[in-house]
Amino acid sequence: MEGLDLLFSIYILVLAIFVGFEVITKVPTILHTPLMSGSNAISGITIVGSLVVAGMVADPARTILGVIALIMATINVVGGFMVTDRMLQMFKKKEEREA
Amino acid sequence: MEVLMHITYLVAAVLFILGLKRLSSPKTARSGNLMGASGMLLAIIATLAFTQILDWTWIIVGLVIGAAIGAFLARWVAMTAMPQMVAVFNAFGGGASALVASAEFLGYLEPGIAAPTFVISLTIVLSVFIGSITFSGSFLAWAKLEGHWERAITYPGGNIVNGLVFLGIIVIGAWIAVMPGVPIEWFIVLAVLALIFGLMFVMPIGGADMPVVVALLNSFSGLAAAATGFVLDNNVLIIAGSLVGASGLILTNIMCRAMNRSLANVLFSAFGAHVEAVGDGDGRPKIAKEINAEDAAVLMSYSNNVVVVPGYGLAVAQAQHQAREMSDLLGEKGVTVKFAVHPVAGRMPGHMNVLLAEANVPYDQLYESDDVNGEMERTDVVLILGANDVVNPDARTKKDSPLYGMPIINADYAKNTIVVKRSLNPGFAGTDNPLFYKDNNRMLFGDAKKVLTALVSELKRM
Repeated sequence: MEGLDLLFSIYILVLAIFVGFEVITKVPTILHTPLMSGSNAISGITIVGSLVVAGMVADPARTILGVIALIMATINVVGGFMVTDRMLQMFKKKEEREA
Repeated sequence: MEVLMHITYLVAAVLFILGLKRLSSPKTARSGNLMGASGMLLAIIATLAFTQILDWTWIIVGLVIGAAIGAFLARWVAMTAMPQMVAVFNAFGGGASALVASAEFLGYLEPGIAAPTFVISLTIVLSVFIGSITFSGSFLAWAKLEGHWERAITYPGGNIVNGLVFLGIIVIGAWIAVMPGVPIEWFIVLAVLALIFGLMFVMPIGGADMPVVVALLNSFSGLAAAATGFVLDNNVLIIAGSLVGASGLILTNIMCRAMNRSLANVLFSAFGAHVEAVGDGDGRPKIAKEINAEDAAVLMSYSNNVVVVPGYGLAVAQAQHQAREMSDLLGEKGVTVKFAVHPVAGRMPGHMNVLLAEANVPYDQLYESDDVNGEMERTDVVLILGANDVVNPDARTKKDSPLYGMPIINADYAKNTIVVKRSLNPGFAGTDNPLFYKDNNRMLFGDAKKVLTALVSELKRM
């Protein structure tokens, strides 16, 4: 990655950081725990990288690293989204609880 | 074909942003999480469909094992153990980023492959460094949340040793980034030093500050993913990684503010390492008055309004269901019951809300400190369940208290307070609580679950 390509990636990085700041500023305390585990699941996006590495026919050392990375990233993604959903489905208003 | 892959990645990125946005309100949070999950699924499908996958065996093996472990943990973890769970998931995310970058580094060592450019070497180093810190640091945070090495562990000159290790990492990292062809041994040294640094950086931080550490490490795991995105020239990693990096930092900051402490204070001050002796201070012995469950039940049932302040002790005793039952019974007797949840109640900001939601307490019955503080003088009874530091009036008045300046729930302004606690021992901040010795306070000693069960049966008999 050189020159303009690199510059475009830096553009994306900087803009995404600003979006991240803006999106999160107004979260009520009640949702901090689910927010933490939900955003944590999103950081498992590295699963995409591990898929590429694990699927290459390369020397065994790289494949092993790739497969371990894939297992860890999948735990992060699947576990993270599921546990967040489990927490959020419990949040109910009074009417909903009695319904 | 590549265009199609990038368009799918773009859709995934938009879903991540919308998902995070929707996570900020209880009404939309669940759909927000589903949006994030769909974005992830799309990104995975696009990768599998449009990149040159030569060998599917390991991909299927990895996905099946990872999904099975992840689903099992997510399904069976107790809600009280949620902070530990997030720490573990976070460790895996950071570790995965570091491993992907390491595999790329190995790829560039193969004969006939051109040396990596400076940017790629640099981002490989960053990804391994940040990912490894996240991995080992999160696991230590998990252990501390589980109750091992819970107190801040310090030794003289600890910060200097940490600084030296950090300097070593920078030097080796810069060397690898600038000079292609550095022997692989040095790369391994870099990874090991980063793992050690992760441990050393979390070690001197006390157990109750772990949530802040986990939030910070969550931000790190996002940054590691973003760095890996530069290594692989993959924009969806850069976007999702920096989104999480930025939002994690904001969340860390919000948590620090709830405790009125700076991030530097949380990370470097070994908070809670010193425990103050109970009961002394001004010299004369202080006496805390006791009450039994029967009298407490009578006092509350003849009140107009009761504010319940749940704390970590309630979570440990798993007594949230009994607390809800008691509040329902008082409600039937015409008493207005509010739950006042301090931002740092439980083991993690927002954790108490999750526990009470699990016990079926509707979230419109949950109030933040400011909502109840305004009407505290008109409150008949404040029932404090296993909370301590968050109702300590020293935070308002005693300048040399470690709690000074932390926003608290002003329980001491209420007409009566009842503190349910196992003993008079200090809370996490290691400081005595003058509320316990006030004239209108009564101690109801015992495990929160047993006490609440007794209160419930007394209320049923009335």
